[in-house]
Amino acid sequence: MSRRSRIKFQLRLPQLILAIALIILGLVFILILRNNPLVIANKNLTSIALLVSGLIFYAGVLVIVSMFESETILSISLLLPSIVAIAIFVYGFIGWSIRVSLSKWKGLNPDFTWFGLRQYYDLFHNDPRFVIDVRNTVMFTVGFILGCLILGLGIAILLDQKIKGEAIFRSIFLVPMSISFIATGVIWGWLMNPAVGNRITGINLIFQSLGLKSLISLWHSTPMPWGMAFTIIPAVWQVAGYTMALYLGGIRAISDDLREAARVDGASEFEIYRYVILPILQPVTLSAVIILAHMSLKIFDLIVALGNKAISLDVPGIYMWVTTFDGTNYAQGAAIGILMLVSVAILVVPYLVQSMRSETQL
Amino acid sequence: MLSKKLGLKVFSLMLAVMLVISACGTAAKTTVATKSTEVEVFSWWVGPGEADGLAAMVKVFNQQYPDIKFINAAVTGGAGTNAKAVLATRLAANDAPDSWQAHAGQETIANYLSAGQIKPLDDLFKSTGFDKVLPATLLPLISKDGHPYSVPVNIHRSNVLWYNPKVLAAAGVTANPKTDFKTLDDFFAACDKVKAAGKICLSLGAPWTAIHLFENIMIGTIGADKWNGMWTTPPTTDWAGADVAAGIANFAKALSFTNADASTMSDWQPASKLMVDGDAAFNIMGDWAYGYFANAAPNGLALKPHTDFDWAVSPGTYGVFNFLSDSFVLPVGAKHPDATEAWLTVAASKAGQEAFNPLKGSICARTDCDQSLFSEYSQDAAKDWTSNVVVGSLMHGVVAAPAWATSIGTAIGLFQTDTSKTADFQAALVAACAKDGTCK
Amino acid sequence: MTRRTLFRILFYIILIFLAVIFLLPIYLMFLTGFKSISQVDLKTMWSLPNNGLHIDNFIAGYKQLAPNITNSLTMVIPEAILSALLGSLNGYLLSKWKFRGSNLIFSLILFGMFIPYQSILIPLVKFMQAIQLYGDIPGLVLVHIIYGIPITTLIFRNYYAGIGTEILEAGRIDGASLMGLYRYIMFPLSAPSFAVVLIWQFTQAWNEFLFAVVLTNQSHWPVTVALNNLAGSQLVQWNVLMAATLLAALPTLLVYIFLGRYFLRGLMAGALKG
Repeated sequence: MSRRSRIKFQLRLPQLILAIALIILGLVFILILRNNPLVIANKNLTSIALLVSGLIFYAGVLVIVSMFESETILSISLLLPSIVAIAIFVYGFIGWSIRVSLSKWKGLNPDFTWFGLRQYYDLFHNDPRFVIDVRNTVMFTVGFILGCLILGLGIAILLDQKIKGEAIFRSIFLVPMSISFIATGVIWGWLMNPAVGNRITGINLIFQSLGLKSLISLWHSTPMPWGMAFTIIPAVWQVAGYTMALYLGGIRAISDDLREAARVDGASEFEIYRYVILPILQPVTLSAVIILAHMSLKIFDLIVALGNKAISLDVPGIYMWVTTFDGTNYAQGAAIGILMLVSVAILVVPYLVQSMRSETQL
Repeated sequence: MLSKKLGLKVFSLMLAVMLVISACGTAAKTTVATKSTEVEVFSWWVGPGEADGLAAMVKVFNQQYPDIKFINAAVTGGAGTNAKAVLATRLAANDAPDSWQAHAGQETIANYLSAGQIKPLDDLFKSTGFDKVLPATLLPLISKDGHPYSVPVNIHRSNVLWYNPKVLAAAGVTANPKTDFKTLDDFFAACDKVKAAGKICLSLGAPWTAIHLFENIMIGTIGADKWNGMWTTPPTTDWAGADVAAGIANFAKALSFTNADASTMSDWQPASKLMVDGDAAFNIMGDWAYGYFANAAPNGLALKPHTDFDWAVSPGTYGVFNFLSDSFVLPVGAKHPDATEAWLTVAASKAGQEAFNPLKGSICARTDCDQSLFSEYSQDAAKDWTSNVVVGSLMHGVVAAPAWATSIGTAIGLFQTDTSKTADFQAALVAACAKDGTCK
Repeated sequence: MTRRTLFRILFYIILIFLAVIFLLPIYLMFLTGFKSISQVDLKTMWSLPNNGLHIDNFIAGYKQLAPNITNSLTMVIPEAILSALLGSLNGYLLSKWKFRGSNLIFSLILFGMFIPYQSILIPLVKFMQAIQLYGDIPGLVLVHIIYGIPITTLIFRNYYAGIGTEILEAGRIDGASLMGLYRYIMFPLSAPSFAVVLIWQFTQAWNEFLFAVVLTNQSHWPVTVALNNLAGSQLVQWNVLMAATLLAALPTLLVYIFLGRYFLRGLMAGALKG
């Protein structure tokens, strides 16, 4: 508290004038632009001009802040735009969504009649589709995370062996990241086509021509619940390159001295990986899991492109979309969305709390 | 070192080249607005066939109203689901387009009208004489309290049975689909023969086509009156009763004759193609399939009617026309109301509908269009339109509000995963009706 | 020695096998893109194009997508740069200038990464309309920057946490201010994590569909929306669509191929260690 009383405010006239000028300039521009579009050379530049005016205004605020000669206040004011933005665009909108999920809103017009937790209750007790969603999500999340971690780590270790042409292999494994989820879903839908007999195609056709008839499968049209497991394949194909890059970066960051020392102690390459490198990679694994988990819990585009909204492949992201925009049932859609958020939070918040705590201890 | 710099240089050069090329690509587009006003029309008609029909109607519009600029704000994907999402967010943001495409019937009335988003069109109908050229059975379905709320541009038929005569002949099916499928059992008898010959009897596509199949099987089982009775407030046909149960049983049996990989198909076309390729005998699909079969490449398969494919009405529905209609609305608070009225006038006009429908593969909503402009199938359909009993489609937004239709769709999807659970399915349908508030 | 060579051969075989599997879908996309429409069918998926390589598919796809590619570039490049700068500043402040509650603020910012975007579309559109940034590219840029704050801040914060404070102490003794330290010491050291963030944000924003279709007017659609519209409703021309998809993926593909090593270097330097 004693720090507070030592905040000096050094009023410097030139800076004050500059600050006031910037603030007034910014506000005036915004006020003008709100009513008059800005058109230069046939292009409507109003939006950019608004953003720039906002920046000018805030620059003025920062000049005033700099006169306080307190780094804490400067630090907070520099963070303030992000904080305000997140407060509105994340927490404000989530608040709206929560409020809608507690209402009866069905139809195009907002209807905030209080409905309590009824939407949530209905989802868990009276909704067979939601049960399928939960089961599918759990199956997909576990499979996707394990698949990406194992494949990514495996490829990273292989590439760490000083292979010739490592850059080429690396690029190949990163290529799927550049394709959109929709395209991935479509192309893998073709590859995993389950038609048999004279309509056989895709990977099944390859198996047949290689004589591997026992491998021919129904892929993602396998009856519930195992069809969903096959949707993991395109997802892992797309994202394993990313986990590979994470692990490769992590492995490469380990100094050679450490490995040399272990070799001198008589450890085999395999033991070095198992007892030296893997433990060091734990933080990488943790942050990879966070990113993979939030991708898989919100998955939508890929499954729609792959399954065309078949119920056996339903996930909460799809159910939320269908019920909100096809069925105009905004309250139920909001409830599903909040549940998706809660499911990610359950996975992530303990990790966040723990890592924050371990930091302050240092 | 060298390769790193080279890589960076190559990359930035490519980026610069891409920027320049794409900038040149846009230079050709003129953005000079010499029109005095504009009308932004929102639809999901993109791509061959539908876009052509829209373009033809726009041409008529530009001839009649050269001062108004037409903006085509179509968004495709998911049979309109992307467009509906974009439209919903725009309406929520009070940024409504000047007009938008909506299926005539409950999708318009229970959806946009109850939200107070659209205005009645009595004046427009009277001044253009549109109300006099629409069939009598159509007008009540697009009106509420006697006021019409949308301009139907076309009529599509849902209960069409497309079939491959060669497959039927090879399987030894002697029944003529055009006359002999008076009940579902007649149809199933033919299916047994087709199945014995090693072919798929009924081809099915993406999940929504199952809903399409369901409505036509149901009408084929219980008849037009009882179908209409399912959708009145309150329903005169009991959702929990024996009639609906019979329809469900037939639906389950029909599903047993379909291809196992149905849900992996991206839309309805692969299923229809299955039939014309000779792998399946029948395909129950709306009459937009005609354009897909008959149009010249690349917009169609350029097949010959009656030899490569043929049509009848879906089993058990002789004399019934299960319709759906695309229509345009007049928004409340339209940004350019005069321009919107101009667009609606063209959409309702003989010239506009005659330009649009032959290319789209549908028939005019008006009864006075020049039939010689249409294909043989459409002429057949137009005759039926004036003589048959007209009922509304479930899948395509006529009889049920969107929320109810979605719950039914979910129930149908769940039933597809296990067709033995007929009691659960019927219970789910009853629950969906109760949730909508129509059933008590 | 022979055992080691045996292992190395095994590794090569496994890598090549995996590479083939990874490239199989891309190969299929190219194969389809080069066929004529009559040859595009599920049954003939694997057959080679039988009357030459139909480059006109790529030309047709390019013609449809060209204006939208400009939109995408105009949106993605400023967005990636600005969101990287903002993330860098945030990461610097939250890792080196901690005050009471800065960890809490960081956690709250990070949590923003996890919201499902479909559920906030309506309030988002309403808000953007209220501040008059709806319908045009700058609004989309702003939205991507804001929703990119959590991940960019995370990456930079982790990276800066790995840089020791001694270097900053030295700068302080020389009399540098908060921003001075950033400008003269931290920023020059940030190249690896800038690489990671720029690449990540570029590819995320380039392939993003939902915000693009909802927040922009037709004349400002990015390439993802145009690509979606290419699918059409009546007859999907898969050959043109696949060709167009490859074209639309080209920028991000080039980014990963040519800048992939910087991505990796940034990760090695601790950008995402946790």
